[in-house]
Amino acid sequence: MRVQLFGTCLVDTFFPETGEATVRLLEYFGVDVAYPREQTCCGKPADSVGYQDVSREAARHFLSVFEGPDPIVVPSGSCASMIKHHYPGLFKDDSRLRAKAEQTASRTYELTQFLVRVLKAHQTGFRGSGSITYHASCQLTRELSVREEPILLLKSIEGAQYVALPEADRCCGFGGAFMAKMPEVSMSLAYEKAQNIVGVGADTVTGCDQGCLMNISDALKRAGSNISVKHIAQVLAEGI
Amino acid sequence: MSGPVTSLTFHENARAACKDASLRQSLKKCTGIFQKKRREAVQALPLEELRDQASAIKLQVLDDLGAYVDRFAASATRAGAVVHRAKDAAAARETIFHILKDRSATKIVKSKSMVTEEIHLNEHLHRRGMQVIETDLGEYIVQLAGEKPSHILAPAIHKNRQQIGKLFAEKLRVPYTEDHLELLKIARDTLRQDFLTADAGITGANFALADTGSVVLVTNEGNGRMATTLPRLHIAVLTLEKIIPSLADLATFMRLLPRSASGQILSSYVSLITGPKKQGESTGAEEVHIVLVDNGRSEIVAGDCREILKCIRCSACLNACPVYATIGGHAYGSTYPGPMGIILTVLLDGMDKAYPLLDGTTLCGACDEVCPVKVPLTKMLATLRERRIAEGLTSTSEKAAMAGFKHAVNSPRAFDWGQRALRRLWPGLVLLSGEKILGRVPQPADRSLRRRMS
Repeated sequence: MRVQLFGTCLVDTFFPETGEATVRLLEYFGVDVAYPREQTCCGKPADSVGYQDVSREAARHFLSVFEGPDPIVVPSGSCASMIKHHYPGLFKDDSRLRAKAEQTASRTYELTQFLVRVLKAHQTGFRGSGSITYHASCQLTRELSVREEPILLLKSIEGAQYVALPEADRCCGFGGAFMAKMPEVSMSLAYEKAQNIVGVGADTVTGCDQGCLMNISDALKRAGSNISVKHIAQVLAEGI
Repeated sequence: MSGPVTSLTFHENARAACKDASLRQSLKKCTGIFQKKRREAVQALPLEELRDQASAIKLQVLDDLGAYVDRFAASATRAGAVVHRAKDAAAARETIFHILKDRSATKIVKSKSMVTEEIHLNEHLHRRGMQVIETDLGEYIVQLAGEKPSHILAPAIHKNRQQIGKLFAEKLRVPYTEDHLELLKIARDTLRQDFLTADAGITGANFALADTGSVVLVTNEGNGRMATTLPRLHIAVLTLEKIIPSLADLATFMRLLPRSASGQILSSYVSLITGPKKQGESTGAEEVHIVLVDNGRSEIVAGDCREILKCIRCSACLNACPVYATIGGHAYGSTYPGPMGIILTVLLDGMDKAYPLLDGTTLCGACDEVCPVKVPLTKMLATLRERRIAEGLTSTSEKAAMAGFKHAVNSPRAFDWGQRALRRLWPGLVLLSGEKILGRVPQPADRSLRRRMS
């Protein structure tokens, strides 16, 4: 099977290791990974602030880069949801692009969604250690309805123990531009998230969205915790 | 804080609220309890089916709002109530004032109502020399404190027992106590006298039935019943979207409202008031007036955020909202806080007076999950953010950043250049934005993923 990987701008710019782990993981399952070099950003950062002219430009570019029949895999719930659920609505007045957006949306998957639903790879047999807890990010959970997939994958890691996080699907306070527009509220929510993570006594916290994980990592550091924060692609790829 | 707290000072208000540890504790505790009780209460329901039903009923009314208003008015008139229509807040205040004045009513007991907060009724009647007493315990507390409700269901959610004990001791000259039953007894004893001597009772309405002309009150404390039966005059104030077609439809809403609001299967009291006391009836006001307030609804129903008018004011979205639970209702500087409050405030007060509120959401979608009538809250918040940008109500630096971003998303070369520039300028940008913003973001990687993959 061949897939196209959309790295996302956050991973591309700040966390390339997460992108590389995603590639290793997909290749382990026998998937041929193409990384379209012309890719940029899905437009989500502009869209959620209200700049639809900008997100429409980003979507138009995305649609022209990710052509063809192959599935598109995205290591982010919020970016995958942008493509799946928000792109078609951006082209209300353009039937050709709208059709293209719908076709693209239908073959776009968040990483764990792809692993479990398409590859049926939930029995990974990967190895790991220590206890791992999981933050359920907002768009992944509520827009894509990906709730069980990441947990199935984590539970399949031999030698590691999955521990459920209280209020796992409570927003961490990242919210894209929200973290810059209301930093005190954002930090306060991240602090509560960090308290819950510390409370379950996990060695590692993971999730499917690097933005949230970045926010959580900062809050844990401020709370003086050394709990490790890793994207689920890294947690899984390390166990290969 | 400098100057008055308004929606325009939202960011400043929120910042101050974040520093208030006692507020945070009260909010976290109460919204947590409300959420837990709601979750447990809806478990036994065919929830999705009921939400769809309730939403469909509300949409049916909104599709033909004028006709339903006429139908309700005719039914209520037939039942013996006097129906008044008020186009805006000022007209509503004047109408209510004159009903009271014409009957020489000077002492008024009120049951909890958000629309009378929206039209600032109490201040208006006070200025005209009337005494208005809030009789819902939470409302009573905020009135004594000279404050506004900070939650649409639990007006005093921001106060703890110690603060209420001190307030009662100071204002009612009673010995200090923080025992909740003692506090309740103090309020009850004081209010009982007021009920018995009031000239009029003013209430809102949870629903209004078009087929019978009834006004429906859903309450827990019994004060609503006393306010509508002890004084000889009852004035019910309600906005147009409270109307539902029939008594049969009420059943759907009654299965959803108390469960979504307080996590109760049913509230202690559900009162259907159909006109004044009739011959042979032992309770009820001798005169019932209904003031139908438009105050912007006719415009909202014609626009793209019309579904906010489905809202039944249960407050589930406030309790589920992480931002509300952090800053509380006062920070919004508006009558209605939380997700539904942001939307309604922007629509009622105007974008130019309320746009900062639109920053007060992470668009996490927790509100959508709990709304009993499926108001597409997150979608409308996003729609209003678009409108805000279209109206240019944002900073020049954001506009400039977005213009640059628009160029970069279209051009991989520009994007790559931007990434490298970001890395070079990073230390300066962190200093510029401050520790609380880019100080929370790690510096860009030495080699981006795109470079590693090529």
